[in-house]
Amino acid sequence: MSGISRRRFLAGSIAGCAATTLCGSKMALAAGSFAGYPEGMGVLVDLTRCIGCRSCEAACNKEQNLPAPAKPFDDLSVFDETFHGGTQKRRPDETAYTVVNRYQPEGGGKPIYRKVQCNHCAEPACLTSCFVNAYTKTQEGAVVYNDKVCVGCRTCMVACPFNVPAFKYSSAFDAKIMKCIFCHETRLKHGRPPACVEICPQQALTFGKRSDLIKIAYQRMQNEPGRYVDHLYGEKELGGTSWMYLSAVPFEQVGFDVTVQNEPILNNVKDFLSTVPMVLAIWPALFTGFHLLATKKDGHGHDNDHAGDSSTAHGEEEDKP
Amino acid sequence: MKPMLSLYIFGMVLSGLLCVTGSVAAAPTGGPGQVRIDRLANLFDGVDFDHAAHVEIAGDCATCHHHTTGDGTGGERCGRCHAQSPKSANVACHACHETDPFTAAHLERKAGDRYQYHVDKPGLKAAYHWNCLGCHEDSGGPTGCEDCHGRNATGEAFYHSGTFAPKAASSTSHH
Repeated sequence: MSGISRRRFLAGSIAGCAATTLCGSKMALAAGSFAGYPEGMGVLVDLTRCIGCRSCEAACNKEQNLPAPAKPFDDLSVFDETFHGGTQKRRPDETAYTVVNRYQPEGGGKPIYRKVQCNHCAEPACLTSCFVNAYTKTQEGAVVYNDKVCVGCRTCMVACPFNVPAFKYSSAFDAKIMKCIFCHETRLKHGRPPACVEICPQQALTFGKRSDLIKIAYQRMQNEPGRYVDHLYGEKELGGTSWMYLSAVPFEQVGFDVTVQNEPILNNVKDFLSTVPMVLAIWPALFTGFHLLATKKDGHGHDNDHAGDSSTAHGEEEDKP
Repeated sequence: MKPMLSLYIFGMVLSGLLCVTGSVAAAPTGGPGQVRIDRLANLFDGVDFDHAAHVEIAGDCATCHHHTTGDGTGGERCGRCHAQSPKSANVACHACHETDPFTAAHLERKAGDRYQYHVDKPGLKAAYHWNCLGCHEDSGGPTGCEDCHGRNATGEAFYHSGTFAPKAASSTSHH
């Protein structure tokens, strides 16, 4: 018997595996992060300015050729609608890419109105969950959707932390995801603001480069400190979103999820997944090496010395009836 | 008699002149009586704005025209720079507030001007609504959309309202 004892072999292989795994995670951190295209546009939504006129809903409906609504857009009774046993307010669906909801702040006072639409994240969860690449984060900042490649699995609906993508269940043959596309085809590509921004009579929506909007938001907070809560929602949330919000009251009181992480959803799996190619390449070679080492004393095929072996793996295999 | 008469006439003319000049310098007056505001008329008709009445109500030009009329400013924050600002060539709202504040050209111009302070200036539509509605809410003036500008047929169609309202009120909306 030459070579390694069982104890040394086990110790060596465990140490080897540990080293490989640790070495592997360091390589995985080379998988980069994305802070958004530098020329990406965005919209700053100032909830202290919105008066709940719903002109943005009407403008979006017209711009995107959406079906006629159930109620006129100047009908404010929609703010009283609730769903799922009174637990939820209106949300974007296959007939409306954006809705405005009304909230009553806890301290009393005037109601607060909040516009809901796709936030066009820098590293969207919908995009990273889609295995057919139906979503694209464009240079202008919009997250757009290609219904030609979509297979209708609706994983993006599960992935989106804001529950924005809506499925067109009403159609059997034209089913697809429907969501705000930042008016990319009709306006953003041509350097124009989206329809909702243009129509807003209060300029609650401010359009510009995302980096400039962050500066404007902080300037507003500095100029009128009593007017805003000291937070720009969407600046860091989920790796940053193109649509960001300023509010007079804490964000959880106006329907925002303040528990979302500041990292993109992708980061929860990125490091683990990026080790897969390396694992698939290295482990077969590594374990073949271990196997050869372990069976080395049998002379496995090199000198055909089976006569002297009695209790080796090689010998046992051949002895099997 | 004749010298007295000419003196009398001279006195009347002089006091008449003084009255005229006196009334111009005394209280904030001037400016147009009625203004037609319809630069942005599209879904709504233009506004027939009673400027003279608002001059009476506001009392101070700076209330609406910020610091452009040469009468000082309405606020401490503006006064830091504009307390002594002279009268601008054009004090109309549209002279400073863009009709289209978000065009690529306008955004580029803003980005290129490193020293402009007013980077968050509202567009013309927002300027009208903030300036007017802010005061109207405090003072009990008109605050409804159609109180100031009536909605035309284009607007009705846009909002799917009035004669364009959906016929059957279907209350089911699927999520």
